[in-house]
Amino acid sequence: MQPITTTNPRATENREIGCDAPNVSKKSESGLANLKYMLVGLAFGIVFVKAEIISWFRIQEMFRFDSFHMYGVIGSAVMVGMLSVFLIKRFNIRTLNGEQVYIMPKTFNKGQIYGGLLFGFGWAITGACPGPLFAQIGSGFWAVLVTLLSAIAGTWLYGYFRERLPH
Amino acid sequence: MSFLEFIRQPWPWYVAGPLIGLTVPTLLLIGNRSFGISSSLRHICAACLPANISFFKYDWKREAWNLFFVVGILLGCFVATYFLSNPNDIVIAPATETALRAFGIQDFKGLMPADLFATATIFTLKGLFFFVIGGLLVGFGTRWAGGCTSGHAIMGLSNLQWPSLVATCCFMIGGFAMTHLLLPFIFKLVL
Repeated sequence: MQPITTTNPRATENREIGCDAPNVSKKSESGLANLKYMLVGLAFGIVFVKAEIISWFRIQEMFRFDSFHMYGVIGSAVMVGMLSVFLIKRFNIRTLNGEQVYIMPKTFNKGQIYGGLLFGFGWAITGACPGPLFAQIGSGFWAVLVTLLSAIAGTWLYGYFRERLPH
Repeated sequence: MSFLEFIRQPWPWYVAGPLIGLTVPTLLLIGNRSFGISSSLRHICAACLPANISFFKYDWKREAWNLFFVVGILLGCFVATYFLSNPNDIVIAPATETALRAFGIQDFKGLMPADLFATATIFTLKGLFFFVIGGLLVGFGTRWAGGCTSGHAIMGLSNLQWPSLVATCCFMIGGFAMTHLLLPFIFKLVL
């Protein structure tokens, strides 16, 4: 199936920014409207804790092939996500504002390999990808604040060295 | 068993996975937002310390939804931990527990081993590896890769993007390499 290619002014603008989770809504929203994303995050966070995805032990189990749990979580999440995106495209389901759903295509660059490997190293050490970093702090593991600050510093360093890195 | 007791049990993968997958259409349909979390780290840089770096010069306020989303995650975890928490110790695969015990980990009660992730370890060698270096790798790596487990593995794969498959495979290879080749040495050094 063809990806949705309708011109979206926000998408063109975003191509220059290169954000991986962009806001491509044409309508600008007030700050208050952002609260609905907080609610989605809240529900998401509850699932994170209850399924123990934020646990360093679960990540160790996954990388040691000792448990199916994380593979099951990620695999079934991808299946449901895939089916949803398929249905949205197939039936041209629109957003609450009536806009056409637009998903930025990902373009390949070598960063996905080098950066992907580096992130994998960090994932196995900290037991956290960026979502669980916030999640672990919310669960009372205050020391993870240091990891979060470090991850922000890492992101900043990437921005600083970006031009000199292979892409 | 009451509803609350039922909810307090750890949730199996076939409940949690589909719920996480549903985040994708939820965000798309309520605001044309693509699911992704590591962008929030970039927005924090853009908001707090752009330092005239072109990568951080954009209208982060337009992308502020992502910051609301991660604050929501933090609050959700607070709610789940303090009101819906599992009263029992975490159940870990016996093989993993045996392997980690051999490396010197002793605390298997909670979601994170206190041997490594306590505030007391921040200014020690453990903290240097498990907080500082680990965090730097996560932040630098996800941005270089252009996304993390959510942006690439879940959102990208949901939209059948092959670059996301490359990224996801590299995340896993990196994780396996760290777990099996480097972590044993790091444990030996710090535990």
